Order: sequence, then structure tokens, then C-alpha cells
Amino acid sequence: MDLTNIAFIAFSAITLICALMVVLARNPIYSVIFLILTMFSLTGHYVLLHAQFIAIINIIVYAGAIMVLFLFVLMLMNMNANNEPNKSFLWKVLAGLVTSGMLMSILLVYIKNMGDMPIVPTTNSAVGQALPADFGYIKPLGNLLFTEYVFPFEIASILFIAAMVGAVFLGSREKSTNNQ
Amino acid sequence: MNLIGFENYLWLGSALFCIGLLGVLVRRNVIILLMCIELMLNASNLLLVVFAKMFGNMNGHIFVFFSMLVAAAEVSVGLALIVLIYRKFRTIDSSFLDKLKG
Repeated sequence: MDLTNIAFIAFSAITLICALMVVLARNPIYSVIFLILTMFSLTGHYVLLHAQFIAIINIIVYAGAIMVLFLFVLMLMNMNANNEPNKSFLWKVLAGLVTSGMLMSILLVYIKNMGDMPIVPTTNSAVGQALPADFGYIKPLGNLLFTEYVFPFEIASILFIAAMVGAVFLGSREKSTNNQ
Repeated sequence: MNLIGFENYLWLGSALFCIGLLGVLVRRNVIILLMCIELMLNASNLLLVVFAKMFGNMNGHIFVFFSMLVAAAEVSVGLALIVLIYRKFRTIDSSFLDKLKG
């Protein structure tokens, strides 16, 4: 048993269990905590997959920024754990059937095509050639981002300005109407 | 035996996506719904990274980067909307937020 295999199994187990707990936990605060754990285990997966830069920005953006936003909003609302009524039992059974059927159909396709799927050492890609030594580093990623994908990058800045203006406008509207 | 074959990652990503979908269908708290959408986005991010490594091509990392940017923008606006809804209706239960049905 390889060390990377053990790491893969451990990260996968943490990811799936914590993701399930996000859905099943009654208290929203626990949901956020389990979502943070899921993000960290996904970061471990990214490191295993030679995506170092993605792993770092996953921690900074998701676990650092987005989860803090969620926690702040939850603390602003001061919700109790038991003020969420349950959906009807029939609806829950239906949702479980839909999602498990979807997952099972995907798994069946994988199992059917299992022989064709390449299982290769971690340093090689499926198409046979070895990965470049700097695969996943910041430098080739930046080269790609600022040459081939420079237009979507600039568009993303417009999206961010729109999101920021929208969030500030929505957050401040209540106060201005109170003053009038 | 090497377990980090790519199909195991495909299983993991699909399972994560289905868990997120289950959460969106089952839960009523709007914040939990947003978190489950984040779970689904992360499943697709994981699969993009897996495919990037599978084909030895870093374009997948760029798409993960953009998907994270869009998720950040979506969460900031969505949480602002949720705070507004909570101030107005004193609830964030999605089954009570049916004013748009008319």
C-alpha cells in the first residue's frame, strides 16, 4: 500500500463524510464547519493531483473568504437549530431516489467502461506522456492566464465590480430607507 | 495496485455532486442551499483538475480558477440577498418565500 493511496482513501473518506454532514446537520453552524473540513480535504486532493496553485487558492478563497462570509451571515441571523421545519417524508424519499438513481447510473457507466479507464502512476498523464516538471505551478498557469485567457480574466474583473456594487447596494438600502 | 486511478476520482466527484444535489432537494434553509451549491461547484472543480492531470493540459486549472471567481461573486451577492430577505420576512425558509408565484 502506497502512501499516496492511503492519503487518497483518507481524503476521500473525509470529503464524503463531511459533505454528508453538511446536508444532515441540524445546526447551520455545524454545516459551515463541515463544509470547511470538506474544502480542506479537497485541497489535499488537489495537492495529490499536482495542482498546487489551485490548492492554495482553494484554501484562501473558499476556506478563508467564502466560509467567513457564511459564518458572519449566520451569526447576524442568530438562528436556532430547531427553527427549520422538515420537508414532507414523501419529498425526502423522492429526493433520495432521484439522487441515488443518478449516482448509480453514473457508477454503472463507470463500471461498464472500467477496463478502458487508464490506471497510471501518479507522475504520468493518461495519454502516456509524462507531465511537465512544473505542472500546476504558478508560472505556467500565469503564462496561460495572461496570454490565452486574458479576455475572460478582464471580464471576471467586471463581474467582480458588478458583484461588489450589488452587494454594497443591497446591504445599504435598508439603512437609507430608514433614514427617510 | 494503485488506487489513484482516475476512475476513483470520477466516482468521488460524482458522489460529491450527488450529495450536493440531495442537499438542495431536501433542505429548506436558504443558506444551506447555497452551501450545497458550493458542494456541487467543488465537485465539478475536482473533476476539472482530474481531467487536467489526465490529459496533461493546464487549461482545466484555468477553468477551476474562473469557477472559483464566479462562486465568490455568487456567494457575496446571494448572502446580501439572504440578509435582506431575513430583514424583511424574518425567515429564510425557502418554502415560505413564494411571493414571486403571485
